[in-house]
Amino acid sequence: MNRGQVRIVTLKIDGKDVGARENETILEVARENGFDIPTLCHMEGLSDIGACRLCLVEVKGSNKLLTACVTTVQEGMEVTTHSPRLDSYRRMTVEMLFSERNHVCAVCVSNGHCDLQNLAVDVGLTHITVPYLYPKVSIDASHERFVLDHNRCVLCTRCVRVCDEIEGAHTWDLMGRGVKTRVITDLAEAWGDSESCTSCGKCVQVCPTGALFEKGKSVAEMTKRRTFLPYLTSMRNGDE
Amino acid sequence: MSESTNGKVSLATVWLDGCSGCHMSFLDMDERLLEIAEHVNLVYSPLVDVKEFPEMVDVTLIEGAVSSTDDLAKIQKVRAHTRLLVSLGDCAVTANVPAMRNPFGTEAVYHRAYFENAQLNQQIPNEIIPALLPESRPVHEIVHVDVFVPGCPPHRDAIHYVLTELVAGRTPQVEKYTRFGK
Amino acid sequence: MREKLAEIKAIEEDAKAQYTHTVNVCTAAGCLSSGAAQVKEALGKEVERSGLERWCQVKGVGCLGLCTAGPLVEVESQSAMYGHVTVEDTPAIVGGLNTKPVERLRVPTGTPFFLRQNRIVLENSGRIDPERIEEYIAAGGYSGLVTALTEMTPAQVIDEVTASGLRGRGGGGYPTGLKWTTVAKAPGPDKYVICNADEGDPGAFMDRSVLESDPHRVIEGMILAGYAVGASQGYVYVRAEYPLAIEHLKKAISQARRMGLLGRSVAETTFGFNIDIRLGAGAFVCGEETALIASIEGKRGQPRPRPPYPAEYGLWGKPTLINNVESFANIPPIIRNGGEWYASLGTEKSKGTKVFALAGAITNTGIIEVPMGTSLQEIVYEIGGGVPGGGRCKAVQTGGPSGGCIPDAYLDNPVDYDSLRSLGSIMGSGGMIVMDDSSCMVDVAKYFMEFCMTESCGKCVPCRVGTVQMYRLLDKISTGRATLEDLALLENLCDMVQNTSLCGLGQTAPNPVVSTLRYFRDEYIAHIEEKRCPAGVCKIHSSVAQTDSPSYAVAEVAQ
Repeated sequence: MNRGQVRIVTLKIDGKDVGARENETILEVARENGFDIPTLCHMEGLSDIGACRLCLVEVKGSNKLLTACVTTVQEGMEVTTHSPRLDSYRRMTVEMLFSERNHVCAVCVSNGHCDLQNLAVDVGLTHITVPYLYPKVSIDASHERFVLDHNRCVLCTRCVRVCDEIEGAHTWDLMGRGVKTRVITDLAEAWGDSESCTSCGKCVQVCPTGALFEKGKSVAEMTKRRTFLPYLTSMRNGDE
Repeated sequence: MSESTNGKVSLATVWLDGCSGCHMSFLDMDERLLEIAEHVNLVYSPLVDVKEFPEMVDVTLIEGAVSSTDDLAKIQKVRAHTRLLVSLGDCAVTANVPAMRNPFGTEAVYHRAYFENAQLNQQIPNEIIPALLPESRPVHEIVHVDVFVPGCPPHRDAIHYVLTELVAGRTPQVEKYTRFGK
Repeated sequence: MREKLAEIKAIEEDAKAQYTHTVNVCTAAGCLSSGAAQVKEALGKEVERSGLERWCQVKGVGCLGLCTAGPLVEVESQSAMYGHVTVEDTPAIVGGLNTKPVERLRVPTGTPFFLRQNRIVLENSGRIDPERIEEYIAAGGYSGLVTALTEMTPAQVIDEVTASGLRGRGGGGYPTGLKWTTVAKAPGPDKYVICNADEGDPGAFMDRSVLESDPHRVIEGMILAGYAVGASQGYVYVRAEYPLAIEHLKKAISQARRMGLLGRSVAETTFGFNIDIRLGAGAFVCGEETALIASIEGKRGQPRPRPPYPAEYGLWGKPTLINNVESFANIPPIIRNGGEWYASLGTEKSKGTKVFALAGAITNTGIIEVPMGTSLQEIVYEIGGGVPGGGRCKAVQTGGPSGGCIPDAYLDNPVDYDSLRSLGSIMGSGGMIVMDDSSCMVDVAKYFMEFCMTESCGKCVPCRVGTVQMYRLLDKISTGRATLEDLALLENLCDMVQNTSLCGLGQTAPNPVVSTLRYFRDEYIAHIEEKRCPAGVCKIHSSVAQTDSPSYAVAEVAQ
């Protein structure tokens, strides 16, 4: 092993002293120590992009909130993972996600197995205070095995990253701007016509909601299997 | 909680644009209904034969989204005559399935219902059936709502919990009992 | 190289001395759009027709500043500036060369608009032909670069920049010297210098003007930066909507290359530096440095969380210096005249001068450059000539969609980074939109929110959805359908989007709302409670005003 020397630092999370390697993120260290920070775009085994803003934490001495998934720990850091302010921001973020597309849980294939649904419970959401936008979006069922339903997409880009970073196909990407952003396959062609797609289905498994699902699944039947991901990445990194 | 006649809480249930599943779930409380009935007077409901909404009701459970002119008039009247308004179930809380028509507009809905799917008498009814609002909206976007009970439908235990808490004069914390969807 | 520059300068001066008259025609975008190209051609023909070509040269120059009076023509020998010149006016102008200036066309130059300015960045604008490197050299250009390369160490160059107290002119106001030091200290042989010319604020056209009028100044600034931080490659990221700026820049780069001022050996030294142009595809967010870098790399123009800052991890993962056009344009005079000279201008914490683009309800629309610390009052009423027709200036919007509206009561405040911030706005890149009583502040806030909503890249949730929600609430207020609860929700959203968005676009998107709420809350209340737009701009649904119902659905049904 010829790894550079990694120093160990100590920091405080919610008042508790914890030790960490200096190249670990706040999120990793917090989770190792049993602190719960909600996330959506984060997925173990994929690169972190800090997009969903749910993992924002307060760090003493910083006037800005920091994304726990991409901020590395520092000696003497004092991190707060929950405060009335953070909780309120997180609740509003989840509200915005619900308002953005048409999340009709009752008829969704992922009902009961959905990261967004779970987040609503985590942040104590019983209703949405912002108005629903009800956009008219499409469903792409052209692939022989999978379906893309934009009604449920939260634009976390897990599908984009797993396809690029793990499968190496880069079938998925984004198109458009702002609230009109859509995930696309190849050059916005029908998924079934995609020449780069290997039909491996990794995108479907990492998708947090019912935006990507297997054909033939009915309401509440779509459960996702994600254990392959940390396994694959640790194999590739030559860990253990 | 102010009490109505014979020391009981007056309760109403209202059915707007929903499938009646929430009312079924309410009935699903089975023998616990008797226990609740000891504290509650059901003064208005699709389940009882009262035509006019009473002058003042302590607690009203709303099932369904606000989708038609009729729903709109009803919910505004109910709000004016209710102390505590409860959005019961996903249709009331999120507009849920009724709102699936929203992105398409009422024209498309009428056309599908009264032309594409009708063999006889193809026309949009303009009597008896109330006109659709441009969009189906959750109840709290129209009137103030005090308690939210999501779920499609909310489990009978959740409804039981909410009612017993309200009868006892406490604010229910429903997150533990129910959620969006199931 | 020094001798070569001196030689060019001498030739240029000789050439110019041959002419009794030099007629300068502004051929920057503003004047071009009102027909300057035709005027220049007609002047040339007229000079020929009059047989004056040996005594009179007609020259295209950069921006003369007073865009509102374009096309502008200046006759140096007569100290006469002509405005609104048409092709029909050209015989009179040429005819007057040997007699008297044409009074009916004259734009008075003894006004505060010209006298109160202090032109450093714009020193050559409107004086030289931007398409000829010789004229820039004759005006003293590239001499600072030669001095720096031959007599100064990179550290000394940075010292001068630090001593000048220059702060980033793109909006943030980060100390330029500190930024340069950080990149210089970053380890590694490969570093990059990027010039951010993705000027996107509505109403802002300072950078365009500089690039069109004096592109070599930016190039010289970039080469100096490359030398100072140890970079050998520079990029100018310029928006494709600026075709003339791009053309001038391209020409300038190839001229500098031919002159030996760019390339493997800059000015005959061992230092090598190259500049390439990258065109932006019209996304506002690409003005954000990490999104800009992604765009140069050929990726989707989206920002990423910082740190790491580009100074440490930038283009292709290498240490990268990003400054905006105006910042680079300030560098050559700083090196030529010394940092101390620059620091003697401006205020204690904001040194030097700042270029502003005046737009909106103001008499003298155009480009100005004033010392930091000049009051808004002076800029609007004296230099800007006040509101046309003598109306009242209701507010000044600075900083574009990231800035705020400063009401007339605060116009005596000096313009510098910190005082604008304390007023709830920002310096921004220098756009200044003047509004009179015919502007509705709710409508203004709605306009900027619509801009941010369509320009949001869609990566982070608060900006992507929050801007839409805020826009809808503003729309509801402006059409008289909102309640006080909606206003409370709007304020909540402003706070949330400011504090949780990923990049500057989202973090500052609520600023126009927050600042108008701070100073013009009564206008919001009038829309909500009285269903009335005090400025008479917003169209309030009559049905709403009659039924006086707060309900969303009722209003919809009533239609």
